[in-house]
Amino acid sequence: MDGTLVEAEEIALRNSALQVLHNWVTTVDHKKIGLMYIGSSLLFLVIAGIEALVMRIQLAIPNNTFVSPQAFNRLFTMHGTTMVFFVGMSILFGFGNYLIPLMIGARDMAFPRLNAFSFWCTFFGGVLLYFSYVGGNGLSGAGSAPDVGWWAYAPLTARPFSPGHSTDYWTLAVLLSGVSSIGSAVNIVTTVVSMRCPGMTLGRMPLLVWLYTVMSMMAFVTVSPLTAAQIMLMLDRYVGSHFFDTQAGGSAVLWMHFFWIFGHPEVYILIMPAFAFANEIIPVFSRKAIFGYPAMVAASVGIGFVSLSVWAHHMFTVGMSAGANTFFVLATLTVAIPTGIKIFNWLATLWGGKIHFTTPMLFAIGFLFQFLLAGLTGVMVGAAPFDWQLSGSYFVVAHFHYVLVGAILFMLFAAFYYWYPKMTGRMANEALGKWHFWLFLIGFHVTFDFMHIPGILGMPRRIYTYEAERGWMVWNLIVSSGALIQAVATLIFVWNLIWSYFKGPLAGPDPWDAWTLEWSTSSPPPEYNFAITPVVESRRPLWDLKHPEDSDSYYE
Amino acid sequence: MANTQHSIAVLFAPDVVHGPTSIFSPAGTPAHSIFGLSMLVLGVALCVFVIVGGLLAYAIIRYRHRRHDVKAGEEPAQIYGSNQIELSWTVIPVLIVAMLVLSSARVIYSTQQAAKPTAALDVIVIGHQFWWEYRYPKLGIVTANELHVPVSDPRHPTPTYLTLSSADTDHSFWIPRLAGKTDLIPNRVNIMWIDPPTAGLYLGQCAQFCGAQHAKMLLRVYADSPEEFSNWVKRQRDPVKEDPNTVEGEAVFQHNACISCHTVAGTVATGRFGPDLTHVASRDTIGSGAVLNTPANLRLFVDNPAHFKPGALMPPMHLNEHDLDAVTAYLLTLK
Repeated sequence: MDGTLVEAEEIALRNSALQVLHNWVTTVDHKKIGLMYIGSSLLFLVIAGIEALVMRIQLAIPNNTFVSPQAFNRLFTMHGTTMVFFVGMSILFGFGNYLIPLMIGARDMAFPRLNAFSFWCTFFGGVLLYFSYVGGNGLSGAGSAPDVGWWAYAPLTARPFSPGHSTDYWTLAVLLSGVSSIGSAVNIVTTVVSMRCPGMTLGRMPLLVWLYTVMSMMAFVTVSPLTAAQIMLMLDRYVGSHFFDTQAGGSAVLWMHFFWIFGHPEVYILIMPAFAFANEIIPVFSRKAIFGYPAMVAASVGIGFVSLSVWAHHMFTVGMSAGANTFFVLATLTVAIPTGIKIFNWLATLWGGKIHFTTPMLFAIGFLFQFLLAGLTGVMVGAAPFDWQLSGSYFVVAHFHYVLVGAILFMLFAAFYYWYPKMTGRMANEALGKWHFWLFLIGFHVTFDFMHIPGILGMPRRIYTYEAERGWMVWNLIVSSGALIQAVATLIFVWNLIWSYFKGPLAGPDPWDAWTLEWSTSSPPPEYNFAITPVVESRRPLWDLKHPEDSDSYYE
Repeated sequence: MANTQHSIAVLFAPDVVHGPTSIFSPAGTPAHSIFGLSMLVLGVALCVFVIVGGLLAYAIIRYRHRRHDVKAGEEPAQIYGSNQIELSWTVIPVLIVAMLVLSSARVIYSTQQAAKPTAALDVIVIGHQFWWEYRYPKLGIVTANELHVPVSDPRHPTPTYLTLSSADTDHSFWIPRLAGKTDLIPNRVNIMWIDPPTAGLYLGQCAQFCGAQHAKMLLRVYADSPEEFSNWVKRQRDPVKEDPNTVEGEAVFQHNACISCHTVAGTVATGRFGPDLTHVASRDTIGSGAVLNTPANLRLFVDNPAHFKPGALMPPMHLNEHDLDAVTAYLLTLK
C-alpha cells in the first residue's frame, strides 16, 4: 500500500509544471535539445518577421514617417542578425540534433552536455541581442539596439562612428552564436564518425546525415574567422588596437574579407540542411529511391569546397583588380555546376514516380522551382559587371530572400510537416497545412518576385525612405502587401502546430511509409531511441523490411 | 544586337525599361557594356528556367499519384542512377559557365583597364556622412553634391575619371544609367569613369550603408554640352562678390560655428567638415539632394537640418529669427 502511495506522489510531482520545466532546462537528451532549438528559433522567427513587416510598412509609400531613420536602421540590423544567427543556424542545428542520432541508429549525440551547452549559448545570445532594446536609453529611445547592419562593415562599427554599446551587443550576441555553432558542429561530426549503428557504412548513411556532416565541416572552417573578427573588433573598441579603425590607419577591407569568408559559406551552411530535407522528403513522396546517391554526396562535398573560395563576390564593387574580379566570377559560377547536378537528380527522382501531394511534398515542390530561380539570379549577381549594377540594390535583397525564404524556409516548412508526427506522435492537420502552403506561396511570390524590379530601377538597400519621383512606389506597395499575406500564412502554420499537438490524429511509428531508421521507433521516440541497436544492410533499411524480395542491398 | 538586347529587356518587364535610375536605360559606355552582358545572362537564365522548370512541371503533373490507380499498392520501378545521364547534365552546365565567365571577363577588362584619353576630365570624389565633395584639381574648382561633367562625344571622347575616396565610413557611388557602382573606402583610392553621351541630369545615390542618413545621400550628375560646361566652370571660378546688403548675414555666418565646417572661398570660412558653400546658391538642391534649394527650404535647413535630414551631422544652429533671415539672404548671394 505504502509503495503505491509514494509512486502516486512521485507521479504528481513529476507532472507539476516546475518539474516539467526542470526536466527541459537540465536535459541532455538530443531530442529535447533539438526541440528546444526549434522552439527558440520559432520565437525569434516571429520576432524577426514582425521586424520585417514594420520595415515593409515604412517602405510601402515614399516619404513615409512610420519609423525614424535610426529605428529603421536598427530594424534591418536586428532582422538580419536574428534571422541568420538565431533562426537559421539554430533551427537547422535543431533538426540535425533531433534527427541525426535517430537516422544513424544511435542513442544520443556523442557529447550530450556539450549539446546542451551549445543550445543555451545560442539561446542566451539571442536574449542578449534583444536585451539591447532596453539597454542604454531604454525602450522608448529604442535602447542600444545595433544599427550597423548584420554585416557590420568597418569603420561604421569603430568607436568614432558607433559610440555607446549597440555594436557591443551585436558583437557579443554573434560571438555566443559562433561558440554554439562550433560546439554543435563538433558534436555532429563526432557523432556521425563514431556512433553509426552496425552496417551503416559512410556509403549507406542517409543523405541528410551526409549533408549535415559537410555543413558542420564548413562551420568549423568559416565560423572560426568570424569569431576571430568579433574578438578583433572588441579589441579595437576597448583595447585600442587598430585592425578595423580606419581613423587610426586600420583597414575596412580587412573586415570585409573576414566577414565574407564566413558570410558566404554561411549561405551554403544554411542551405545544406534544406538540401538534406529535400533528399529525404522528395524520394518518399515520389515512392522512389533518390537518383544518383553518390553524385549527390559528391556535389555536396563539392559545394562545400567551392563555397570557401567565392567570398569576394560580395566585394566586386570595392575596387579589386580585374584579375581578382575575374577569378571570383569563375569560382562563383562554378558553384552552379554541383548545384545543377542536385536539381537534375531531384528531377530524375520525381521522374517515373508516384508523386503524393502531401503538405511536406507541396513545400518541397515549391522549393524546387524557387531554388532554381534563386540559383539563376545568383548567376546574374555572380557575373561581376552585372553585379556592379545590382550589388547593394533591392535586386540582391530579392535574390537572397529567394534563397533564404523560397528555398530554405520552404524546405523547413516541409521538414516541420514531415517530422511533426515523429516529434509529437500526432499528424499535423493536412487541410490547415495546405492553406498554409498556398497562402504562403502566393505571399512569397507577390513579395519577392516584384522585389527584383525596384532593384533594376536603381533602388538601393538599407534606405528608410525614397522620393516619389523615382517610380519605385507601386512595386514597393505590392511587395509590402505580399509580406502581409506571408504573415497570415505563418499564423496558420503556428496555429496548426499548436492545434495538432492536442487534436491531431495519432501518427504511429511510420505514417508516411518511409525508409530511414527514425521511422522504426515509436512516435515520439523513447528517451533511448532504440531498445535494440538496429543493424542495416542498405541505404533504406525499412524498404528492405517492407520489400524483402527486392531489397536495396542487392543494388548497392 | 542592341535591338535584340532591348527586346529581351522588354520581354522581362515592359514597364521596367524606363525610369530615372533604371539600369535598363543605359547611357554611356560602361553602363552599355554592362547592359549587353546583362541581357546575355538574362537570356541564358531564361532558357535554363524554361527548360528545367518545364521538365519539373511535366514530371510533377505526369507522375502524380492517382487515388483510383489500379495498381495503387504497388511501388514504381526503383532507379538508382545513371552515370551517362548524370555526366551529360554536368558537362552542359560546365560549357554554359565557361561561356558566362569569358563574357564577364571581357566586360571587366574593357571597363577596368580602358585606356584613359588625354582629353579626360579628372574629378576627385570624397564621400562624407552624408554628402559628396567634388574637387576638380586641374580646374581649381571645389563643389559639393551636384557634379557637373561634359558630355562625351563618341568621336572625341571626353570621359570623366572619378578618383573615389572617403573621409569617414564606406560609401558607394552609383549612377545606374551611367555606370555600375564603385565603393568609396577610407584609406583607399578607387577609380571609375563615366561618359554620358547626351546632356541632362542623371540621378543616383549612395549604395553602401554609411550611417543614420544613408538614405538621403543622393547623387546628381549634370552632363553639360561643351559650352554649358565651360560657362559653368567660369562661374564656379568667379570669386565671391561682396554684396553690401548682406554684410550682416556674412557676419552672422562668420561669428557662429558655420565657418568651422564650411568653406566660402575668399573669406575666413575654411572649414572642410561640411559642404563647400562658395557657390551654394547656384545649386538646385540642398542637403545632398534632400530638398529643393528654395529660400524657405534653405532657411529651414540652417535652422534645423534634422527637419529634412534627421541624422545629418550638422547641428541645429539656434539662431534667432533675425539672424536666420540675414544668413539666408547671405547664402542666397553665393551664386
